[in-house]
Amino acid sequence: MLLELKDVHVHYGKVEALKGISITVDEGEIVTLIGANGAGKTTTLKTISGVRPVTSGSVTFRGDNITSLPGHRRVERGLSQAPEGRGIFPGMTVVENLEMGAYARRGSQRKEVPADFERVYQLFPRLAERRSQMGGTLSGGEQQMLAIGRALMARPQVLLLDEPSMGLAPKLVSQIFQIIREISAQGTTILLVEQNAVQALSLAHRAYVLESGLVVRSADAHSLLDDESVRAAYLGGAVGSGGSGGSGGSGGS
Amino acid sequence: MHNLIREFWPSTVDGLTLGSIYALIALGYTLVYGVLRLINFAHSEVFMVGTLGSLFMLHAIGVNSPQTGFALVGVLLLMLLAAMAVSGITAVLLERIAYRPLRRRGAGRLAALISAIGASFFLQEVVALRYGRDLIAFPRVMKKVTLFKIGAGDVRNDKLIVFVAAIVLMFVLERFVNGTRLGRGIRATAQDAETAVLMGVNIDRVVVATFVLGGLMAGVAAMLYGLRFENTQYIAGFVPGIKAFTAAVLGGIGNLRGALLGGLLLGLVESYGASFFGSQWLDVVAFAVLVIVLMFRPTGLLGEALSRARA
Ligand SMILES: Nc1ncnc2c1ncn2[C@@H]1O[C@H](COP(=O)(O)OP(=O)(O)OP(=O)(O)O)[C@@H](O)[C@H]1O
Ligand SMILES: [Mg+2]
Repeated sequence: MLLELKDVHVHYGKVEALKGISITVDEGEIVTLIGANGAGKTTTLKTISGVRPVTSGSVTFRGDNITSLPGHRRVERGLSQAPEGRGIFPGMTVVENLEMGAYARRGSQRKEVPADFERVYQLFPRLAERRSQMGGTLSGGEQQMLAIGRALMARPQVLLLDEPSMGLAPKLVSQIFQIIREISAQGTTILLVEQNAVQALSLAHRAYVLESGLVVRSADAHSLLDDESVRAAYLGGAVGSGGSGGSGGSGGS
Repeated sequence: MHNLIREFWPSTVDGLTLGSIYALIALGYTLVYGVLRLINFAHSEVFMVGTLGSLFMLHAIGVNSPQTGFALVGVLLLMLLAAMAVSGITAVLLERIAYRPLRRRGAGRLAALISAIGASFFLQEVVALRYGRDLIAFPRVMKKVTLFKIGAGDVRNDKLIVFVAAIVLMFVLERFVNGTRLGRGIRATAQDAETAVLMGVNIDRVVVATFVLGGLMAGVAAMLYGLRFENTQYIAGFVPGIKAFTAAVLGGIGNLRGALLGGLLLGLVESYGASFFGSQWLDVVAFAVLVIVLMFRPTGLLGEALSRARA
């Protein structure tokens, strides 16, 4: 097991945002976390990255208990994240933003940084065209590409993606999902948080459904896609949209 | 009007000299603000203890008459090192003792501000109790000679050193912030602290680094102040501190180049204002300009934050 959360509780002041979450991610998997607004998806990723402290419970990564490891040290261990809202550094260029992604790599690990720049530019040719443009002036889609590319620059073992499709046009959404598939095929394990449940489920191997800070379902992604109750709650319910999502899923597999 | 025309070049030289000192102190305000969104009100005392540092270095090496040649260079460098060390260490202690414990407990910015004011009084009183409340004179370490003239303005060696030092340090600091790993960490933290952590930036180190850098720059300012004005006092930091803070706001707080521009501009405006209205109007003119600029450009001349200006 690569990553494991065991009975994790997290508070914002007195409000309990996570009420005992247990999640596992295995090597090579794409695992997705779905759920309504405020379910605790972002909080879960922040907890894994160490920018939110846990009240109780544990986070284990590659066999080590990292529950109290400071956030910046977790990047060195192989966890990187493209956060919700993208978190692009507005006053840095595309190149500088990508370079920030490789911040945790030091010494001999830096040798492969130029090759990783090339890899990111291959995945996102648009970023190569915009190299010296300020992050703050990129379009939403370009910023999302930059956020994912930047997270890849850390050479993560597990890539955490928080709603990479948020606010993007449908065409761009499928493009982003295609690229996530490609990153996974290149050997990076992925934990994907999504509102866009149909696409996420058709891409992922396994899924967890979050509801008010609790895991209410955990199953094989494709079985959730066909599940009536999940459909009704998270896939918009409408048979039409569910149907098109389902066919998209079978097309992708 | 007549006065201003006659005094134009001398005022320019004096304004740039004074402005350089403001600018160096302003860098400390701006760096810390950029990263923590905190006005470090005790920064004026970081400057003040630096002046004592360079004075005590003179006492320690027994210099009490003007030097020349290599001896002079050596004395100036020792003064500089002492001031930078004392100011730098004070700034770090300030962060450790007055700010970090509050930050750890998630206290608000208002609490940090009160802590800053407290630390400021504390440092002043410690110095006052130990060294008294009177002006403390520096020995003259360098014969002040006019090197050349710009118009009717005499460019004296000490004034030139002050100006050149400020420009050079500004350049070095920019190179540091844009060209080193820690510098990039500082910029990233200033733009988005939480995302910076996700990149692997150690925020505590970044915070210490900004206090160290600000402290070192205040130390340089302190040594130059000693060289130029040849005295200090437990409240010697107060007026330059307020002026430097004004300069930082004028240029756009959080912006390094803004601090330089704001400092030089404020020095010039004060100097011209003093020769036009009389020196008793100096502070009035300075703050009138600040208010007018902020009315038209609320984020200062160059805008806010280490973010936009790339430095
Ligand atoms: N900074 C905060 N302060 C207080 N409460 C917060 C904070 N951030 C999140 N919460 C609360 O924690 C709960 C979980 O929020 P979280 O952002 O993890 O949800 P989410 O599943 O990511 O939602 P969304 O789909 O809207 O992004 C919510 O009830 C939210 O109001
Ligand atoms: Mg969220």
